[in-house]
Amino acid sequence: MSNLILPPGITRRGVLKGATAMAAAGLILPATMQRARAEPKKGGVFRLGIGHGSTTDTYDPGLWDQLYVQTFAAARHNYLIEIAADGTLVGEIAESWESPDGSTWIFKIREGVSFHSGKPLTVDDVIASLNHHRGDASTSAVKSYFDPVTDIKADGGNVVVTLNAPNADFPYLMSDYHLAIMPGTDGKIDVTSPDGAGGYIVESYEPGVQATLNRNPNYWKSDRAHFDQLVLLTIIDPAARLNALMTNEVDTIDQVDPASIGLLESRGVANILSISGNAHYTFPMDARMAPFSDNNVRLALKYAFDRQELVDKILAGHGSVSNDNPIGPANRYFFAGLEPKSYDPDKAKFHLKEAGMDTLEVTVSAANAAFNGAVDAAVLMSEKAAAAGITITVDRVPDDGYWDNIWLKKPFCASYWGGRPTEDQMFTTAYQGGGAWNESFWSNTRFDELLVAARSELDEAKRRAMYEEMQQLVSFEGSSIIPMYNNYVMAVSKAIATPEKIGNNWNLDGFRCVERWWMA
Amino acid sequence: MNAILAMIGRRLLMGLLTLFVISVVIFGATELLPGDLARELLGQSATEETLAALREQLGLNDPAPVRYWNWLTGVLQGDLGVSMATKKPISELVGTRLENTMFLALYAAAMSVPLSLMLGVLAALWRNSIFDRASNSLALTAISFPEFFVAYILILWLSQSGFFPSMVRITPATTFGDMLYMCFLPALTLTLVVTAHMMRMTRAAIINLLASPYIEMARLKGMAPLRVVLRHAVPNALAPIINVVALNLAYLITGVVVVEVVFVYPGLGQLMVDAVTNRDVPVVQAIALIFAAAYVLLNLIADVLSTISNPRLMHQR
Amino acid sequence: MNVIVFLAAALALFFVIGVAARAAMKTLAPAADKPTFRDMPLTASFGIAVILFYVLVAVFGPLLAPFGEGEVVGAQYLPWAAPHYLGTDKLGRDMLTRLIYGARNTVGIAFATTALAFVVGSILGIWAALAGGWLDQWTSRFVDALMAIPALIFSLLLLTIFGTSVLTLILVIAAVDATRVFRLARSVAQGIVVMDYIEAARLRGESNWRLIRREILPNAMAPLVAEFGLRFCFVFLSISALSFLGLGIKPPTADWGSMVRDNATLITFGDITPLLPAGAIALLTVAVNFVVDWQLHRASGLKE
Repeated sequence: MSNLILPPGITRRGVLKGATAMAAAGLILPATMQRARAEPKKGGVFRLGIGHGSTTDTYDPGLWDQLYVQTFAAARHNYLIEIAADGTLVGEIAESWESPDGSTWIFKIREGVSFHSGKPLTVDDVIASLNHHRGDASTSAVKSYFDPVTDIKADGGNVVVTLNAPNADFPYLMSDYHLAIMPGTDGKIDVTSPDGAGGYIVESYEPGVQATLNRNPNYWKSDRAHFDQLVLLTIIDPAARLNALMTNEVDTIDQVDPASIGLLESRGVANILSISGNAHYTFPMDARMAPFSDNNVRLALKYAFDRQELVDKILAGHGSVSNDNPIGPANRYFFAGLEPKSYDPDKAKFHLKEAGMDTLEVTVSAANAAFNGAVDAAVLMSEKAAAAGITITVDRVPDDGYWDNIWLKKPFCASYWGGRPTEDQMFTTAYQGGGAWNESFWSNTRFDELLVAARSELDEAKRRAMYEEMQQLVSFEGSSIIPMYNNYVMAVSKAIATPEKIGNNWNLDGFRCVERWWMA
Repeated sequence: MNAILAMIGRRLLMGLLTLFVISVVIFGATELLPGDLARELLGQSATEETLAALREQLGLNDPAPVRYWNWLTGVLQGDLGVSMATKKPISELVGTRLENTMFLALYAAAMSVPLSLMLGVLAALWRNSIFDRASNSLALTAISFPEFFVAYILILWLSQSGFFPSMVRITPATTFGDMLYMCFLPALTLTLVVTAHMMRMTRAAIINLLASPYIEMARLKGMAPLRVVLRHAVPNALAPIINVVALNLAYLITGVVVVEVVFVYPGLGQLMVDAVTNRDVPVVQAIALIFAAAYVLLNLIADVLSTISNPRLMHQR
Repeated sequence: MNVIVFLAAALALFFVIGVAARAAMKTLAPAADKPTFRDMPLTASFGIAVILFYVLVAVFGPLLAPFGEGEVVGAQYLPWAAPHYLGTDKLGRDMLTRLIYGARNTVGIAFATTALAFVVGSILGIWAALAGGWLDQWTSRFVDALMAIPALIFSLLLLTIFGTSVLTLILVIAAVDATRVFRLARSVAQGIVVMDYIEAARLRGESNWRLIRREILPNAMAPLVAEFGLRFCFVFLSISALSFLGLGIKPPTADWGSMVRDNATLITFGDITPLLPAGAIALLTVAVNFVVDWQLHRASGLKE
């Protein structure tokens, strides 16, 4: 009976076990892929199926918020600075940069770069592109990055940015995917135009459906943008994405459904790239409200569920356990020495007792809009917590309007963060007291002091010590449960070759697969 | 005949009224939904300050009645407006999608309507035979699986083996023949989904009449069973059959979101769901009106046809 | 090859269950009803047996199920072996247990919804046809207006506005479905109200309510019953589509529709898991409609 529609000889369970073992051993590239890793060659059409994209997507860089627009942007635009696959900063439109004191940043703009329209890229274009995200009237999602910026001005072939306080990590901010360099007219960029300085020129674009781009013959990078043509397709349904890959309608898909990773590998039609980065899933608790205002309650919850089980069952092993730490192993100052938290009902009970309670009843609101598997993760936590006398009621809420009704509104809910390239950015965004996106409303004086101090600290060792103390604080006193780091899982057909090292700052090789990969 | 023309005229006026009611209902419902376009566009990264700036830019700060009035006056002048999110004219946005939706609906209808009428008549004729039971069970089984399940199974059987593509990709170079080939699986899925309903209604309506005295009479005259059914039963069973066919045609136009998602088909349903989740109200309104218009027209046609088929309805008091 | 063996086995099982059920009913039925059961087709007896089985499972679910409804019993996707006869799902919950509880939740909710939709829809529909005139026009135009909004999107809007408890789920789907029933009931009743016997009853001065109950409903029953069978299964599908959009029955409550959806990507690889809950729905639908057909046939008064 169980063989009704399955080809003989393959059972899913056996395959899955193999997949988990592989994931545990880290990313092992199949032999065929390693052989293919010769010199990149030019040509071919790269069809990429992405699980995002909507008919309301636009060319306005301030509103880009998901993988489709991010990858599409990386294909047609260049940025001041690129984060290379190994995590280092590489100049793109900025040939080089320097800062005498950490508050004045001078970016030397590359010469001889031109837009698709033929217009040469100038310092004014860079200033217009940055100013789009700055000021009261700006509608950009990264407006807050520019709050400390007091001035942006041209100085010959340089752009000079002045901050109101030193920030050693400022160049990292300039690599943000929103900050594409676009042609400016009278100090303003045209948010309805696809014109950019990137490796591909847009031929046609239907939002929420597909985009076709052709290689930019005048691209200034000679060792990039290998494909003749890109076809970026929106395929929202995970099963439809899988089918498209298996029937050779696309060459690469992102966000492979964990349940099917092992099966896909066993079919041999594609290679799985499982890239561990800093992206993580969180369950923020409102630290201002009882019972979460008591750190003992928070600790009880942190010990009341099995992190490894979540990694195994929600991510099918394609991820790793997080110790309530938003700083991931790919970050520079990741603190590997944190005391791990295992599933320990006795310890949870002990902390409950410390808080003066025997039992605890809480409700967690979750929807898969927060992250794929959020509801299942909450259900698993609730099952395990029962042994510690904690009743977690899972309230599955609608995906629609999740970020509006639930997140930052309900005292205990699910959320996610794509990893930020720097510790400072991650902490400032989501953990600084009073921050706009501080989802747990946690506020810790010592933490906030350290945050400001570390930002302008130029001594490497001192800086590391500060960030490690902050990670310790968030993990053991913070108000967010962070059970796991999720890998970026992509399936790549054998027709495509990838570089040795795949970027882990964002999905799809830091959105750059379009210009870093080539036909095998 | 004049009575029918008068009825059509009256119903068309009513149809316009229906469209107006729908535009109010949909506008009201989207207003009741939590959040707005600015919020949805910025998602998790929204701050109050940015939201305010974006709302100002999108014109979301006007009170709801004012926005509705602006929209209505535009529509009355034949201007559906522009999408709030993309600033593109809605007629342009909706145009090609409407063509795609109509193509798929007609394709599926061309397969399913003849099939289900034929099966229905035959099942009524050979009621309780093996054929009746087998076709009935098969149709029921097909309809009782969720649409996406049927679609995935068809992909597994017909697409992974290379017969048909698993997704639809329309480019300017796509010919009509290509479309027929690419859309075969979606159309087949829809056929499986709607056939059972129409077939069973046909069968039931005919069987319902078979005990009537005039059928008995025809049979006693020694008429062949097929002739009895086709000549005497079918014409009188037309009203419910036409109605169920109209319902299913409307469904094929308005209710195929799931099939569109599975086959990545750029139709109106997907556009509408996107517009609803993003609260792009003008787009939601435009598509709701198109769906409603299709529905009203199909029902009008169904009613006219049933009236013609049953003269007694024409002479109602 | 497997498929053929499976089909043959299913067919054989169908005959065995059908014959056995018919024999059992014949023996147990009171003397007056014995002929009814003696003449019933195999499909109908099979249908009744299946429905009874589902009802029993639904009622005694907690006693039959080997584990707790949401209990995590082990690793994910365990093979089909004791004590997990149908393996485990992706969270490591016992599949058999989930299916049994699913019977209770899914069938209960679907039945309540369909019944509500039919009571409201058919009474209003017949009443509109009977009343005629502007009242009929206005109600049908209003219902038309509601129906013109695609059902899935309309339910999505309503559920997002009113919340997603089981009660609102039943009310919303019933409300949306009732419009469909209304339309059918009205069109069938329209054909009946112009009949001479209705004219005669009206002249006798019978009340509208009595007319609906005694004259129209019995004559409109056949198409309505046929519709009931299908609507019942459409409700399953609506719930599963809503689960897909994150608005269906809330976890950890087991529900067949969401169980299919949860495992949908596995279909791509020909895996059996999603087929179990889908098959459970399909079997019940087919069974209900078999019984409906039988009743339809008896109501038609045809002897052959």
